[in-house]
Amino acid sequence: MVKLTIDNKPVEVAEGTTILKAARQAGIHIPTLCYFELAGMNFENKPGGCRVCVVEVAGRRNLAPACATDCMEGMVVFTHSQRVINARRTVVELILSDHPTDCLTCAKSGQCELQKLAQNLGIREIPFKGEQSTYRMDMSPSIIRDVDKCIMCRRCENICNNIQSVGALSAVNRGFQAVVATAFEQDMVDSPCTMCGQCVQVCPVGALSEVDDTRNVMAAINNPKKTVIVQTAPAVRVAIGEEFGLEPGTIVTGQLAAVLRRLGFDYVFDTDFAADLTIMEEGTELLGRISKFMQGDKSVRLPILTSCCPGWVNFFEHNFPDMLDVPSTAKSPQQMFGAIAKSYWAEKMGINREDLIVVSIMPCLAKKFECKREEFSVNGNPDVDYVLSTRELARLIKQFNLDIKDMSCEDYDDPLGESTGAAVIFGATGGVIEAATRTAYEVFTGKTLEKVDFTELRGLEGIREAWVDFNGTPIHIGIAHGLKNARTLLERIREGKEQFHAIEVMACPGGCIGGAGQPYHHGNSSILKKRYDAIYREDANKAIRKSHENPSIQKLYAEFLGEPCGHKSHELLHTHYFDKSDYVEIAE
Amino acid sequence: MAVIKLSESKVNFIKDVCKSFGNKPGEVINVLHKVQGEYGYLSAEVQEVIANELNIPISRVYGIVSFYSFFTMTPKGRYPISICLGTACYVRGAEKVLDEFKRLLNIQVGGTTDDGKFSLNCLRCVGACGLAPVLTIGDKVYGRMTPDKVKEVIAEYN
Repeated sequence: MVKLTIDNKPVEVAEGTTILKAARQAGIHIPTLCYFELAGMNFENKPGGCRVCVVEVAGRRNLAPACATDCMEGMVVFTHSQRVINARRTVVELILSDHPTDCLTCAKSGQCELQKLAQNLGIREIPFKGEQSTYRMDMSPSIIRDVDKCIMCRRCENICNNIQSVGALSAVNRGFQAVVATAFEQDMVDSPCTMCGQCVQVCPVGALSEVDDTRNVMAAINNPKKTVIVQTAPAVRVAIGEEFGLEPGTIVTGQLAAVLRRLGFDYVFDTDFAADLTIMEEGTELLGRISKFMQGDKSVRLPILTSCCPGWVNFFEHNFPDMLDVPSTAKSPQQMFGAIAKSYWAEKMGINREDLIVVSIMPCLAKKFECKREEFSVNGNPDVDYVLSTRELARLIKQFNLDIKDMSCEDYDDPLGESTGAAVIFGATGGVIEAATRTAYEVFTGKTLEKVDFTELRGLEGIREAWVDFNGTPIHIGIAHGLKNARTLLERIREGKEQFHAIEVMACPGGCIGGAGQPYHHGNSSILKKRYDAIYREDANKAIRKSHENPSIQKLYAEFLGEPCGHKSHELLHTHYFDKSDYVEIAE
Repeated sequence: MAVIKLSESKVNFIKDVCKSFGNKPGEVINVLHKVQGEYGYLSAEVQEVIANELNIPISRVYGIVSFYSFFTMTPKGRYPISICLGTACYVRGAEKVLDEFKRLLNIQVGGTTDDGKFSLNCLRCVGACGLAPVLTIGDKVYGRMTPDKVKEVIAEYN
């Protein structure tokens, strides 16, 4: 242990603790900018580059960056002496001297950590004038990179490489020209970017933000020729309340349905319905593969990998082209919803496909890319027209001067709004595989589950595994969230080190609750934990908790689809994957 | 799926270089150094092969290439001319020598002649200040240069 004083307060910390962490332990707040930590998710960014966290250490000539300086025995630290505050102000003024001052129209305004610092330090003018960096804007279907605003904190580079192992971003060039960019500064769409958007979630400024589709959605709603329906993903209901000042983890399912009706959507449906449908298809596919495998069919590819997460799908298309036949062919719930809405439901309602607009509310930015995939459209008409992130929906609600807190609860519309507890847990890591297990167990064994909670599959460990007993047949299940964890697990399988029957992968830390379209968490992982707990509370509150017991799903199969993984299902609810890897071809 | 086209001998050379460094990600700078030594520059395709062999993201390889001024992505001439603009050479008239090269070859600093024969670059001190102004063409060092001698030097390579 090391004893020191911070602002005259005696503090005792373990050896190797930084001044920043020691101060936090003592309840002393030192402002930071480049520093970022997602506690419990194994993510810490401390390049020590911005110098906002400098503190004065008695007897030391220069100021010390608190995030990168370890506490020493007998240290005397001052976190807001005159010298410290002057230095901090100069640092922020220098950063601002090469930063656009268009705060009023910036996508991160109000959430920007640089803006907050400048406000707190009382900066009213920027005394340094000089050259400004200018870069071109880069826009993928999901993400906007406006690098003029980049402050080189390198959080995006760090999360892209070390948590996601995507490696799309790297610091390039040097000196004043230094910037975080893709290889050869190509467009994001030409890079291995998976559009997971975690870079957007951690960017302290407006350099990375989501593509805004709110205007397109409003235009559709105001077009009298169009019927506009909306689906809401599971993780949205436990997070959107934060945008309206509610405690993280507040469940606002009923209020969400109500507010969407007030915005003018003609029908308010639920992605949860499609999540139940996904379980029917994916669960049947899993059981099919397992029984073939047990009969000795060597051509069967196990484990089956879940395919709900579009960031994950992009990732394996880029990185595991030799394993494209391993993931489930089932489309994601979002795309299943679109396919069913624009066939079964549209026919039922007598609406032409072209006159039906499907909007999704998603915790995710990769979903924006997913709905634009060519294979998810019919004659150029997409199954899902627009995707709004949780944050975009919150903005739309605020434009209407509405507040989710003021809404009284309403129900979702039938039939595409009916769902079970199994569907809700799609929003958290481990949820999809637990939902699949609930259904697969009952179908496989012909028995009713005594207890639907498979707690052995839950938790926030990056890689988890468990054996589930299917009435004497042990089933080995793996779970990974964060793409680097997925890569680790998949490489173990590729090397033949381990046998799994089924693996769930979610690209974002925590699963969809930690998605890049969710309210900014600013590194506070307790927010993710609260959303996670809320997902399982919502599940426990549901009357039906197994997907195959959803009456609307049963009716859909009886009236339209026939059987899971049948002919019609394959046509509408299954997909295929593409090799997107770079490879070297020998020129003649 | 991006297709990268390179000749087989080039790919094999790069693979051999990577192998000689144990295909270790930490050796990327040494690999780049050696490959540039052979081909004079590091094209995007070459960087892709190196990234593949060392199993690191291509963005990282490009990050390194773009950071170090030693590495270049533009082809150098068969005879790369490097003129020292260090203090000693500079005060003894290196800039005039440089201007004469620019005039006679009709290229700017960083450029390559159309026939790919000469490229022109500056550097800071080769450690031969006693010979100032100094320039190198390939491995050959020329000392006590004056603008009048430039024509002669170029003629050596005709």
